[in-house]
Amino acid sequence: MALAFDEFGRPFIILREQDQKTRLRGIDAQKANIAAGKAVARILRSSLGPKGMDKMLQGPDGDITITNDGATILEQMDVDNQIAKLMVELSRSQDYEIGDGTTGVVVMAGALLEQAERQLDRGIHPIRIAEGYEMASRVAVEHLERISQKFEFDINNFEPLVQTCMTTLSSKIVNRCKRSLAEIAVKAVLAVADLERRDVNLDLIKVEGKVGGKLEDTELIYGILIDKDMSHPQMPKQIEDAHIAILTCPFEPPKPKTKHKVDIDTVEKFQTLRKQEQQYFDEMVQKCKDVGATLVICQWGFDDEANHLLMHRNLPAVRWVGGVELELIAIATGGRIVPRFQELTPEKLGKAGVVREKSFGTTKERMLYIEHCANSKAVTIFIRGGNKMMIEETKRSIHDALCVARNLIRNKSIVYGGGAAEIACSLAVDAAADKYPGVEQYAIRAFAEALDSVPMALAENSGLQPIETLSAVKSQQIKENIPFYGIDCNDVGTNDMREQDVFETLIGKQQQILLATQVVKMILKIDDVISNSEY
Amino acid sequence: MPIDKIFKDDASEEKGERARMASFVGAMAISDLVKSTLGPKGMDKILQSTGRGHAVTVTNDGATILKSLHIDNPAAKVLVDISKVQDDEVGDGTTSVVVLAGELLREAEKLVASKIHPMTIIAGYRMASECARNALLKRVIDNKDNAEKFRSDLLKIAMTTLCSKILSQDKEHFAEMAVDAVFRLKGSTNLEAIQIIKKPGGSLRDSFLDEGFILDKKIGIGQPKRIENANILVANTAMDTDKVKIYGARVRVDSMTKVAEIEGAEKEKMKDKVKKIIGHGINCFVNRQLIYNFPEELFADAGILAIEHADFEGIERLGLVTGGEIASTFDNPESVKLGHCKLIEEIMIGEDKLIHFSGCEMGQACSIVLRGASHHVLDEAERSLHDALCVLSQTVNDTRVLLGGGWPEMVMAKEVDELARKTAGKKSHAIEAFSRALVAIPTTIADNAGLDSAELVAQLRAEHHNEGCNAGIDVISGSVGDMEERGIYEAFKVKQAVLLSATEASEMILRVDEIITCAPRRREDRM
Repeated sequence: MALAFDEFGRPFIILREQDQKTRLRGIDAQKANIAAGKAVARILRSSLGPKGMDKMLQGPDGDITITNDGATILEQMDVDNQIAKLMVELSRSQDYEIGDGTTGVVVMAGALLEQAERQLDRGIHPIRIAEGYEMASRVAVEHLERISQKFEFDINNFEPLVQTCMTTLSSKIVNRCKRSLAEIAVKAVLAVADLERRDVNLDLIKVEGKVGGKLEDTELIYGILIDKDMSHPQMPKQIEDAHIAILTCPFEPPKPKTKHKVDIDTVEKFQTLRKQEQQYFDEMVQKCKDVGATLVICQWGFDDEANHLLMHRNLPAVRWVGGVELELIAIATGGRIVPRFQELTPEKLGKAGVVREKSFGTTKERMLYIEHCANSKAVTIFIRGGNKMMIEETKRSIHDALCVARNLIRNKSIVYGGGAAEIACSLAVDAAADKYPGVEQYAIRAFAEALDSVPMALAENSGLQPIETLSAVKSQQIKENIPFYGIDCNDVGTNDMREQDVFETLIGKQQQILLATQVVKMILKIDDVISNSEY
Repeated sequence: MPIDKIFKDDASEEKGERARMASFVGAMAISDLVKSTLGPKGMDKILQSTGRGHAVTVTNDGATILKSLHIDNPAAKVLVDISKVQDDEVGDGTTSVVVLAGELLREAEKLVASKIHPMTIIAGYRMASECARNALLKRVIDNKDNAEKFRSDLLKIAMTTLCSKILSQDKEHFAEMAVDAVFRLKGSTNLEAIQIIKKPGGSLRDSFLDEGFILDKKIGIGQPKRIENANILVANTAMDTDKVKIYGARVRVDSMTKVAEIEGAEKEKMKDKVKKIIGHGINCFVNRQLIYNFPEELFADAGILAIEHADFEGIERLGLVTGGEIASTFDNPESVKLGHCKLIEEIMIGEDKLIHFSGCEMGQACSIVLRGASHHVLDEAERSLHDALCVLSQTVNDTRVLLGGGWPEMVMAKEVDELARKTAGKKSHAIEAFSRALVAIPTTIADNAGLDSAELVAQLRAEHHNEGCNAGIDVISGSVGDMEERGIYEAFKVKQAVLLSATEASEMILRVDEIITCAPRRREDRM
């Protein structure tokens, strides 16, 4: 490490504890960063596409995750390298924003970095490369807009939506029953969607899983499912036309927040206190009964006495319901969450057609279904599957499908999948490159090359000859000037993605390109890495 | 410039072939481990826990064995998981599912070695498992409408399940017991209502099913030991000192006399409570919580049988059996539903006294008393009986049954083989492999019984070439025989679950091409 010395030969201290830090500068820093980014992309590359493989991740506590979802893989990978962490962030932001294409975005970024490395070797300055990438990405995004197609759907005809969700699901382990899962996802999204405002609040869709049964048993419930049972074993298991009181106060004696003491010094006081206590329980139950509730859902626990009183007065109750679930129940049933018994009024009760308890398997597992709610704006997707990992993976896949459906409702434009969009963009960028004078031209060409790597990876994972297949598809696109030709991953026999019904959302694709470019630019701009060496 | 590292220090990454190898090896090791317990002549395993006391379990139950293993291999964990789910879901077939998944992976390994892509294998396996399921569906027997025949089916299923366990000596006896118990449930799968009480001593043959309900508790001192036409109040209330529940209440007094007064009031309160309880017109009182000497004495005075500290399950069952509600307040005796039964008496099993409720209103619940030479035998007997009960209760809901003894596997294998011949492309290799994996189950059963498996399976295959054949391996006589005649039946639901979850698990493991292990969480040194 270079140190600066003053005229007496003493070193200037520029960084604190400078000799304990390792430092990489200039081209070395860029090369090292690029190598790290590429390493991450390499891990994900084989997960891309319908024939992509899964990764098995063993967590720090020995728990196992098997997944195909880029964001999940990266999140659980426990990386230590800063640049690798950037890639993890990248995939996560794609996940937050779009929900799908988390693998693709990392593969894309990896390819861009790989191309940048070559340009660096040629002696092109990293900033020029970054600028070239920026221009190219703009061209690509515009081109995507141009080749995108609007497609029409409405509440009654959601077939196109299902098709798109199926494209997303086909790369997951659940592709065995992608049709039914896609339908479930679309129906769920449509149930909660606000088609006027083109907005979907995914919080209203609850995804619940229970081990057992088979994947085909996965169902969509127009209502809420909670993993609880009635507080008293002898309460009725099914309630028709329920009026639900949603409480956040416990059926217990009051506990004021301020510190206090109730002193008992005479027998009379002892007895009055006892009476009050009994009266208190009685009143609580009576209040619920008075407003006409036929079911009490409470966030807190019940005292034994209160529990029996509820049972006695024929008022079924559920205790220890989580806050999130409580909110969902309130939304679905049109009720209000009541924090105090005094504020309970008939208007604040939620209404549901049927509330029933259902038991599963041979063990004591019960769940509570709340269906036919007054306001059916909340739905639950109930996943069944052979084992825990399967359920977790299905949850992630369903999440992706939900996001895709939501994106389509927001923006109806789609592009064709199977690498078709990337190839078309690559052609467009390549053509645009010639128009730019200057060094950036090379960077733009490199961008076009990098775009090719996604279809290339698709072909590779599908067991096809990558170069041969890609060049064939490319020439076909140019020859016929139709941007719908992609990689035939499933060996169907046609390259036309319109026939195969492989769609992706336009915003998803655009976001992928923009995010990948941004991160690569950021990585390219770093020319100095200072890190604490091992201590 | 090499990248130094992306992962944290202790994290490791295995890729491609190595990853696949690691998961194949792990899965096969697990399947080989439980393989020898499969079938009526399967062997048992001794499990010694590392905890204090080094408790020993002797078992033949796949799920129990796998549950107690500490495994580090990720693929092996997947198999352990499916076995656990099989246990929860249908209760039996926990060994078969692991063995089948292991065999599927063993075949897959060969295919991968001959350069067939895992995705192709998965596609083939899926087709094969669908085809196998349809083959089973075609051959199911459904005796739902014929109650008598259905009962005999159930009996045969129970015997088939039990014959691989320690209870095989007395399987008729236990099968009868299990079927009777399940029939009492009237179609509900709530096995909670069947109570299994284990009492060492006697022999397994002395085990019996009791119509009534047995509570493993003692009757209070000085209280009647036998009550006819009992009215029972089932309660969950504090009968020690009834605390004031209002928060922050405390007693502050300034003289001894006042202490005495308050103590008196407290006693009065308890007395009131007891009086109220007695006011229900009961002659038996069962409480979940403790009953202190004072109230106990009061009950004894009133000639009421008081049972304390019945646990939650006991209380719930008792409520179920006697039809009473579980009460916690006693202010309105007229509307509390009391439980009824004809007779409560103290009985002796072995050396222990138990309380026996007979002639109950609702006959749903019942008790099975298991007797046996040692705790290990009893534990294993309970597990076996539990398996049988689970299978039976599931079969009552899904009444389809199949023949046993390797018959379903051969039927599936035959269909799958035919599918392989019809299928073009590389997938057919995978489909063929699936059928080989299926045949491995009867092979293992025969091997475990010390029979010439190659000979028997070949014979079986030939037999199955005839349409509508009922041949399977009869392990007892060591030959191929007609399963329908020998009365070896299995539940369709179990077989289907085995097939589906084994395929699912092997698919899951096959899809993996990379294993990333995070650094194990460091335990802080607790000094």
